[in-house]
Amino acid sequence: MNRINQKLQEDKKLLSIYFTAGYPNIDDTVSSIQNLEKNGVDMIEIGLPFSDPLADGPTIQASSTEALKNGMTSEVLFDQLKGIRKSVNIPLIIMGYFNPMLQYGVESFCKKCQEIGIDGLIIPDLPVDVYHDEYKSTFEKYGLINVFLITPQTSDDRIRYIDSISKGFIYMVSSASTTGAQSGFGQEQTSYFERIANMNLKNPQIVGFGISNNETFTQATKFAKGAIIGSAFVKHVTHEGVNSIDRFVNKFIV
Amino acid sequence: MSYNVNEKGYYGEFGGAFIPEMLYPNVEELRQNYLKIMAEPDFQKEFNQLLKNYVGRPSPLYFATRLSEKYNTKIYLKREDLNHTGAHKINNTIGQILMAKRLGKHRIIAETGAGQHGVATATVCALMGLECIVYMGEIDIARQAPNVARMKMLGATVVPATSGSKTLKDATNEAIRDWIRNPVDTHYIIGSVVGPHPYPDMVARFQSVVSDEIKWQLQEQEGRENPDYVVACVGGGSNAAGAYYHFLEDETVKLIAVEAAGLGVDSGESAATSILGREGIIHGSKTLLMQSNDGQITEPYSISAGLDYPGVGPMHAHLYKSSRAEFIAITDDDAMTAGLDLCKLEGIIPAIESSHALAVFEKKTFKSEDIVVLSLSGRGDKDLETYIKHFKL
Repeated sequence: MNRINQKLQEDKKLLSIYFTAGYPNIDDTVSSIQNLEKNGVDMIEIGLPFSDPLADGPTIQASSTEALKNGMTSEVLFDQLKGIRKSVNIPLIIMGYFNPMLQYGVESFCKKCQEIGIDGLIIPDLPVDVYHDEYKSTFEKYGLINVFLITPQTSDDRIRYIDSISKGFIYMVSSASTTGAQSGFGQEQTSYFERIANMNLKNPQIVGFGISNNETFTQATKFAKGAIIGSAFVKHVTHEGVNSIDRFVNKFIV
Repeated sequence: MSYNVNEKGYYGEFGGAFIPEMLYPNVEELRQNYLKIMAEPDFQKEFNQLLKNYVGRPSPLYFATRLSEKYNTKIYLKREDLNHTGAHKINNTIGQILMAKRLGKHRIIAETGAGQHGVATATVCALMGLECIVYMGEIDIARQAPNVARMKMLGATVVPATSGSKTLKDATNEAIRDWIRNPVDTHYIIGSVVGPHPYPDMVARFQSVVSDEIKWQLQEQEGRENPDYVVACVGGGSNAAGAYYHFLEDETVKLIAVEAAGLGVDSGESAATSILGREGIIHGSKTLLMQSNDGQITEPYSISAGLDYPGVGPMHAHLYKSSRAEFIAITDDDAMTAGLDLCKLEGIIPAIESSHALAVFEKKTFKSEDIVVLSLSGRGDKDLETYIKHFKL
């Protein structure tokens, strides 16, 4: 069974962390992953940086630009991750934009992921239909779960459709927003979380975008299976470096 | 082979809508409605009236006597430079503002490079009384001060794009991010035949008035509807799309697309996307784009801000790949010389974008009986400073 599916069966709310590969320093990728697992994180999104990240706010844009300057590429990331499964057991997901994968070759990219032990991919700008018609069989051949996004504007019909072709979890974008911390969730978010919970989807949902502290984490996971923290973590390592990951994570582990 | 868009939003293998789910409802709403709305008689009526009475259409198809003599062929200039706001851009913004109103949107966003599309958008927003936010790269804001002032005078808010390389591609990213944050009340007026389907097709249709007019104007003057060649410059490709549109499927009409070679195609400072680009995804569209081996989008260069885009519309990628259009790259220097030449020969100061198209006559020999229609996409007022610097005027 894929590590993501296994993890989703655990009887707990999942804490998932996004970080940008090759940031703050090119060699921080592996130690970030190891540190995150050691400190009790359930799942990791490894951000493959892109020059034009349309769905990201200023924090992840800046870390991506910096990581690219540091020399991060698909090839470098795969090299760094070689052997990662000797020390890390939690699910690992690569999150990135479609063009770098297209240039690497989608099949080669997926094959590399399988060799390394990557469990899934999140590709915001690969539309559901294109995935379904052109790439689904390739992803499945290499045992990769592709994770789709839904937003407060996604219609019920489309959510059901996305649920029907999802194999792991649904990435629930918390609000109409790019990535980045907000001050908190209001009534609008709460009713959206509730609406989705009431749809009784076959895939569990994990909430992302705008989760920065224990309060937003608790709100998001009241109805959902877990939550993803990205920008807040990237900000933390920007200021504190990767050695202080424990201090960040401990805020969320109750 | 068809050169138009298919029902899935592709031109051959190019196009589509590679957008994050957050944009899906907006783009889908547009996709489901744009053809229906454009076909409504009252939309047509309002669009045509504004083109006539506000933009000043039809724009003349002018037989350039002295230019024709110099190159020993028959050259007609399609005078888009005489439109209100000084370029073809307004044809599209008029169309899209009417579209936005019918979709019930009351907040308009746009991206701009040199500021021409920003001004054209700010203009139609003022005309319709709608809020207008224009994203513009921080670097472009600094080097295009007059257009920034124009937009402000027209009531628009100009927001600097400070991410990435701080130019057109980043302004486009910021506009897209704004649309993600404002999914209900906002329409995004894209300025060229780029972006996710249905934008390339919708913008091409709004610009197609150009080739529609060429047909009847040429009939009046030459007794035939079809020229032998249509020449246009291509950045994103909207003026070319408009000039080609009604000739696309008739292969007796040869199409020439002129790209900016910058300092030279091999200089590392160029915007000749068809030569330097590979298939990839930019701003929601699969097309040819300039990128690193690893798939990072690279920054192009051209003296002309309007041609300074790392991608090209999917229609043009298909015209290139299928060899339907001939692509010619023109350097900064050759474009500037051709621009000055037109001033002296015809009394017309062209935009530097259009000067690239004009430089084709030095590169390619036409027969004396050939009829060549060239899209003079914009006027050169905005470029005076560049002309002054280049020629030490």
